[in-house]
Amino acid sequence: MPVTVSIPTPLRGFTGGRDAVALAGSTVGEVLERLLAAHTGLKRHLMQDDGRLRTFVNLYLNDTDIRQLESTATPVTEGDVLTIVPSIAGGSPVVETELPKLAHAEVLRYSRHLLLPEVGVEGQRRLKAARVLTIGAGGLGSPLSLYLAAAGVGTIGIVDFDVVDLTNLQRQIVHGTSTLGTSKLASAKARLTDLNPNVNVEAHEGRLTSENALDIVRDYDIVVDGTDNFPTRYLVNDACVLLGKPNVYGSIFRFEGQASVFYAKEGPCYRCLYAEPPPPGLVPSCAEGGVLGVLPGIIGSIQALETIKWIIGAGDSLVGRLVLFDALKLRFRELKLRKDPDCPICGKNPTIHELIDYEAFCGIGAEPDYSGLEITVEDFRKEREAKGADLVLVDVREPHEWEIAHIDGARLIPLGQLPDRLGELDGHAEIVTQCHKGGRSMKALEILRGAGFGKVRNLAGGIDAWAERVEPGLARY
Amino acid sequence: MTVRLTESLAEEIRRHGQDAYPAECCGALAGRIGADGVKEIVRLAPAVNRRTDDPHRYLIAPDDLRRLEAGLESEGLEIVGYYHSHPDHPAAPSAFDADHAWPWYSYLIVRVDGGRGADLTSWVLDDDQPRMDPESLEVLSEV
Repeated sequence: MPVTVSIPTPLRGFTGGRDAVALAGSTVGEVLERLLAAHTGLKRHLMQDDGRLRTFVNLYLNDTDIRQLESTATPVTEGDVLTIVPSIAGGSPVVETELPKLAHAEVLRYSRHLLLPEVGVEGQRRLKAARVLTIGAGGLGSPLSLYLAAAGVGTIGIVDFDVVDLTNLQRQIVHGTSTLGTSKLASAKARLTDLNPNVNVEAHEGRLTSENALDIVRDYDIVVDGTDNFPTRYLVNDACVLLGKPNVYGSIFRFEGQASVFYAKEGPCYRCLYAEPPPPGLVPSCAEGGVLGVLPGIIGSIQALETIKWIIGAGDSLVGRLVLFDALKLRFRELKLRKDPDCPICGKNPTIHELIDYEAFCGIGAEPDYSGLEITVEDFRKEREAKGADLVLVDVREPHEWEIAHIDGARLIPLGQLPDRLGELDGHAEIVTQCHKGGRSMKALEILRGAGFGKVRNLAGGIDAWAERVEPGLARY
Repeated sequence: MTVRLTESLAEEIRRHGQDAYPAECCGALAGRIGADGVKEIVRLAPAVNRRTDDPHRYLIAPDDLRRLEAGLESEGLEIVGYYHSHPDHPAAPSAFDADHAWPWYSYLIVRVDGGRGADLTSWVLDDDQPRMDPESLEVLSEV
């Protein structure tokens, strides 16, 4: 079954000046093999030493690139035209002198990457040269730093201030039982360098703040945002926009997650998507609302994927797209994001030229002074012993939290139902509000005081402090 | 081999390099083989640089090239080579250039110095080695 192979001008010197050659074969690979056997001079220009096509050599079967078909296994039939089409590539010498070489052990370690034309030796060297900053070594930071380290990203910076807690291990897989109580940075560094000793882990102990963010971010090529709070998220966004760095974003809540790449030079930034933060307390954190452990694994892996694609320059990035993932329905959706021309930091007339106070921007710290409105767990125990049932304890958590543990004698009224159930409470009674750690119960206190309840106090530290300091037999979560 | 172009075409290549600075410009050279065997550049066919991730690289994609060649064919022209700029680097091929070069084509390199177009040189892939050899470049001054 003869197939016509169309030869481009630069290669006609190897086919006796002919612009087309007729050859038999049932697949692209067979035809190619016969072409090279008949015109041996072509081999050097078309094939790599390992027998695969050079990356800048393209074969079109009729009008389609064979990489979009079945590559060299694509079947051919009589009358087909196989065209050799060059990609023309080059560039100034700067980068290759800077890209680090791969040692033999690295070639072996990354062999599954090197087999992919989209990565190849150059892509792997780019990964080795890359400097990636991950904000947070928690739920998202765990899978993404593990995959980045495994992939051979040369330098991974991590910013975190926390220590490994037992409640972290349900999802923060970079840490382990053996590192409980140690700093997350030390724990992550040990695990990542065990996974891949070639990786240089740079630990930035402490919080990312408006004072240090620019200095930290400046030294990296890409930032991956694994934070769990709004002030840091806006801070990371603004620092990246001001420094012109891509920001690989991910966030999770309960069973849902989102991911995107914010790169203001080419697309929208986080502020284009969310101009204003939600009111403080409206969106619960994972500590308050819970999160399915696998979810950060999925979203963090998407962030690692986007980071690696960005470094090697492969595929379509998530710039201008927001991926939404619903774990219960197992469904991905995609939203197109547009750059907001009025964005205060990346729009046409930006008003933000330096980092601001993000706590204040997100309305945190602006809350009234609660001193005198709180009662410690120790004082509460004493008062309760004295007053008995006259001191009403209102637990404003959710029923499933109540099932994990509750304080004897407390009344369960979930925060969301409180405004409608005020009638169940005696307006003259002394009331103490209580939740898991003292945040939601403070909102309950505000609701009650707003409704005219005069003698309301908040249990500082919630049931967690109670279980820690008063009733050690109670389960903590 | 020799490649021949007019001064105004050489100027156009420098301008394209200046416009793209500090990134690299790239394009194809449309022309024909003259009676004396010299490659004559008739006009430039600027191309889209598909490498946006790295200012030190250029890439002309195969689909773009196919379209371009089809268009040139109707004018009786063909691609005889390519040009690209080296921002703040000598007008000499890099190892990356040589690794990716095709035989026969002329590769013109223009140095762009601090945003100003400077030297223009031409190179062709060596017959045996993966390296580029200098090629004689005739720039015709116009009357």
